[in-house]
Amino acid sequence: MIVEVKHLTKKFPVGKAYFTALKDLNLSFAEAEFTGLVGPSGSGKTTLLNIIGSLDVPSEGEVIVLGNSVGRLSPPEAALLRKQELGFIFQNYNLLPVYTVFENVEFPLLLLDMPARERKKRVLESLSWLGLSDKVNSRPAQLSGGECQRVAIARAMVKRPRLVLADEPTANLDSVNSHNILQAMLKLNQELKTSFIFATHDEKVIGYLKRIIQLEDGRVAEDRLV
Amino acid sequence: MKLFKTALKSLLGNGLKTWLTVFVLSVSFVLIIFMQGLLEGWSRQAVSDAIAWEIAGGQYWSEAYDPYDPFSLDSCARDIPDQLKPAAESGLLEAVLISQGTIYPQGRMQGVILKGIDPEQQIVKLPTRLLAGEGPEIPVIIGAQMAKQAHLKENDLVTLRWRDANGTFEAADLRVAGIFVTTVPTIDNGQIWLALDKLQSMMLRENQASILIASPDYKAQQLEGWLFKDVEKLSSNTIAMVKAKSMGMAIFYLIFLLLALLAIFDTQTLAIFRRQREIGTLVALGMTRKQVQWLFTLEGSLNALLAIALGCLYGIPLFIYLSMNGLSFPIDISEFGLPVSDVMYPYYSLKLIVGTIVFILLSTALVSYLPARQIARMNPTEAIRGKMH
Ligand SMILES: Nc1ncnc2c1ncn2[C@@H]1O[C@H](COP(=O)(O)OP(=O)(O)OP(=O)(O)O)[C@@H](O)[C@H]1O
Ligand SMILES: [Mg+2]
Repeated sequence: MIVEVKHLTKKFPVGKAYFTALKDLNLSFAEAEFTGLVGPSGSGKTTLLNIIGSLDVPSEGEVIVLGNSVGRLSPPEAALLRKQELGFIFQNYNLLPVYTVFENVEFPLLLLDMPARERKKRVLESLSWLGLSDKVNSRPAQLSGGECQRVAIARAMVKRPRLVLADEPTANLDSVNSHNILQAMLKLNQELKTSFIFATHDEKVIGYLKRIIQLEDGRVAEDRLV
Repeated sequence: MKLFKTALKSLLGNGLKTWLTVFVLSVSFVLIIFMQGLLEGWSRQAVSDAIAWEIAGGQYWSEAYDPYDPFSLDSCARDIPDQLKPAAESGLLEAVLISQGTIYPQGRMQGVILKGIDPEQQIVKLPTRLLAGEGPEIPVIIGAQMAKQAHLKENDLVTLRWRDANGTFEAADLRVAGIFVTTVPTIDNGQIWLALDKLQSMMLRENQASILIASPDYKAQQLEGWLFKDVEKLSSNTIAMVKAKSMGMAIFYLIFLLLALLAIFDTQTLAIFRRQREIGTLVALGMTRKQVQWLFTLEGSLNALLAIALGCLYGIPLFIYLSMNGLSFPIDISEFGLPVSDVMYPYYSLKLIVGTIVFILLSTALVSYLPARQIARMNPTEAIRGKMH
């Protein structure tokens, strides 16, 4: 198991009271999964993804990611976990605007202090996986939405993370581009054995998933393999 | 890490705004060095002139001598101590008797300080040889400023009235034997130099002196009733005078510096709110918030590095030109009683340049750091979505 969620409850302070976004969740994720968290808006998909990504912490219970209990990590330890093992893909791509495509994808490797030659090799390799070899020197502003999201996937994949967390990756894409990036991710999932966890309500994404976890009101309503 | 490059890219990504800030900061950088260099050059020139014309290797002062108290002048003279006589005879010490009197140039009355010095002296630059002449009038030399104030020209005659040691009023005619040009106001303004033995006999103070000027070769000793003031002590007055007069100059570059720092502070504050998504993304990619905070501080501080580079680009040729050709002033500042020569040579010390660089770097880093502290308190999940206010 690369992720284990045990009795996870997450509460957010709202005024003087608390809002409980996740209620006593129990889940586990294995290697090479292609899993989606689905459910209506406000059901807690993003909240769960953020905690698994060590960007947020549990209120109660425990989330263990690759042997690390997320709530107990110090900020540098959590950063190290994200830097080495996790990849993120966002709805808005979140590319760094002043960088070229190459530099955006190179950035996670810079954080890992990888030597320049190795970096270059890896960056070009991931860009070619995603069919971006001719966009190496473009800047995000010059790319279409689909291309931006492929750069973001290349950036998430370049360090070969064990787990990729993708929050609504197709929300801003048309259907051709959505299928495009989903196929790319599925290929990476199969070739590199990277686990993917999506948060989505996009039917196109759901069509690709191998496991669907239905969240409702902060609880698991259904967890099925496809 | 290559975060330096990262920060530089982001900074240059701001385009014109960055370059404007960098330009203003570079102006303040160049102005600080320019003005402080001028001040330093001025102060060095003033000190070296003061040494050449007045201080030499230091001075013995009679205990009662106070140059700022004219009432003490008449009574401060003492017999030259026996221990100092050999040095005085060999020219290692030159006795100066200081007293006061009144002259009547063109019917006006003007108080003056009289200074008697040996016409044969070699210790200070004063053209004292001109004091040696004999004649019905007493030969004196005065500085150019004094000549201007009293409307005296070479070979002019002027009546002097003084009181001798017994308090008796006497009078005699003086002849201006020479006018010397100096940048040292304290031997010029209101001063009349004449032969020591002449002044001693006029004042009925044979063998007395108020101060003794030492040659640089002279070894000072402790003496009852006399204080030895070394060069450093005597020139500190000159330095203090220059410093005091130049404080106003600092206003110019402080305004520029403040402008630039304000612009950087403003840019940083804005950037941290506008670039939340970027901050959140950096955290997701594996940086701690503290690291992102330092990245933004670095980015702001790079303004200073660019400004220093830009400042060097136009500053270095300017400084080289100025220290070779000097800076001449269109108006005669020496009229204000400042120790200034016509052409000033700025002096740019390594200490000044390094000090200014460090100062600019530190102040820029500070105004970059203060807004960046906000980052450490951000919630990364909200920042990623750009949802913070
Ligand atoms: N920081 C927060 N403070 C207070 N409430 C929050 C916070 N973050 C999330 N919530 C609440 O928790 C619930 C779950 O939010 P979450 O973003 O996880 O939903 P989601 O399933 O991702 O929804 P969507 O499909 O719209 O993205 C929502 O009701 C939301 O309002
Ligand atoms: Mg969501």
